[in-house]
Amino acid sequence: METLIQASYLIAAALFILGLKQMSSPVTARRGILWAGAGMVLATLATFLTPEILDSPQSTTNIILIIVAIALGGGYAWVSGKKVAMTDMPQMIAMYNGMGGGAAATIAAVELLKASTEASHDVTGATTIADALGADVAILGILGAVIGTISFSGSIIAWAKLDGRLNRSKLLPAQHLVNAVLAIATAGFAIAIYFSADLNTIITFYVLALILGIFITVPVGGADMPVIISLFNALTGLAVGFEGYVLGNAAMIIAGIVVGSAGSLLTQLMAVAMNRSVANVFFAGVGTTESTAGGDGTEGVMKEIQAQDAGILMSFASQVIIIPGYGMAVAQAQHKIWELTQLLTDKGVTVKFAIHPVAGRMPGHMNVLLAEAGVPYDMIYDMEDVNAEFKTTTVALVIGANDVVNPSAKDDASSPLYGMPILNAYESDNVIVIKRGRGAGFSGVENPLFFADNTKMLFGDGQKAASQLIQSVKEL
Amino acid sequence: MIEGLAAIYIFMLAGFTGYEIISKVPVILHTPLMSGSNFVHGIVLVGAMVALGIADSTAEQIIGFIAVLLGAGNAVGGYVVTERMLEMFKPSGNKAAAPKGEDA
Repeated sequence: METLIQASYLIAAALFILGLKQMSSPVTARRGILWAGAGMVLATLATFLTPEILDSPQSTTNIILIIVAIALGGGYAWVSGKKVAMTDMPQMIAMYNGMGGGAAATIAAVELLKASTEASHDVTGATTIADALGADVAILGILGAVIGTISFSGSIIAWAKLDGRLNRSKLLPAQHLVNAVLAIATAGFAIAIYFSADLNTIITFYVLALILGIFITVPVGGADMPVIISLFNALTGLAVGFEGYVLGNAAMIIAGIVVGSAGSLLTQLMAVAMNRSVANVFFAGVGTTESTAGGDGTEGVMKEIQAQDAGILMSFASQVIIIPGYGMAVAQAQHKIWELTQLLTDKGVTVKFAIHPVAGRMPGHMNVLLAEAGVPYDMIYDMEDVNAEFKTTTVALVIGANDVVNPSAKDDASSPLYGMPILNAYESDNVIVIKRGRGAGFSGVENPLFFADNTKMLFGDGQKAASQLIQSVKEL
Repeated sequence: MIEGLAAIYIFMLAGFTGYEIISKVPVILHTPLMSGSNFVHGIVLVGAMVALGIADSTAEQIIGFIAVLLGAGNAVGGYVVTERMLEMFKPSGNKAAAPKGEDA
């Protein structure tokens, strides 16, 4: 029986790795998640046969509890996952990730509780958690508990912030100092657990780690959220791997550590794309630091264009590059934009979509939103592949994007965006910007592109403006 | 059981594997891949099941129950959203035919 279970875990781990591998190409991605899903089902079913579970004195009650918990947790996740809009995907991933972190932390809690009972009753001569579990298991178990708990409460905050339920960026004065003290206190209690078996120490430790996760995440700015979610994803993976060691479960170790390292790299890639260091994301947020440079860097007036003229301009263009931003998705304009693209293509115009690495709420989010509208992925280009083409482009159509086309990032050292790679829309013959109003972007930084000589502003709601453009192109 | 040096080998090799997988991924798949890796650590469900399965006090059962609840949420939610996102990716040209055919 033991061999059968171990074999199932091995196959599951292989399916996870192969599945993730296939998910890294758009052609095989769909198959990848199906494989990984099969691995999960196999591992879950095999676990029901675990001898320790079947031989446990309370086996019947426990198995019923397991089934009820899977039905409740899985049922909730199934319904919410099917319902969630594509624009809200990042916060939903944060939520499910937080649940994983919480699961790792609670597994550790069960183990610590068992060890604490054992040590305090002096059944095996063990008097501390370290004695009861063994040094390696105790250390990794406690580490997994810290990481999982922080990932749990932090992810919930990330979810609340992205979902618009929490807008505060500050809880206390001198937040960073408080966080530092809290982090030291959490570490202190973590070490104390190792050398004792006291239940209150364990409880205090969990409470501190929960608060720490909240306090770390609250000051992080909205624009930096993807980095945080990705980081918490990696951390949950790590916590799962550590708890896998505690339970001697190879599938958990492999899957957890694979996700931990893949997630760390992904976090790094995102931070680089946004020109932020991971440390920077935690200790200062764009927009939360008072930026004096943003306000006075802009001169001149915005030039307006009517949808009809914009439509004519694009119809006779040789190449149009569309730069979509999160604003487009909020206005639900992606379907209209795809319709416009098809009309222009019929007129012989080459249309491409240019995606900044951080367009949308996280890297690749915009691709998901465009795919939802039906845009084929081979019309969508990454920043590096498309940036050289703006010089030979007739019209760059910016819709709902702002910071990712802000030339200050290149030439204004005082701008908070300085150094961030941008899409070189300003090099096109014409830039048309569809924008709801005249305000600054997500990060609160002014954009000189809107005042440039070759830029025309098409003010209005994204969806309505796109409809007007379609109308104009059709009439020609 | 996996212990000592064997565990360190697994940790190391799994670490390299994760790094390799992500280093070649196009930006367009970052969100689905993050979501996919989020699903994969849903394997924590298995550990949660063992923790609850071997619980022998009420306190352990309550905490274990929460663990399974959360783990199942991670696994199922992660799968559903990843699958929904990846379902939409398709190349231009034969729009309807290719992805549908693969399902069967």
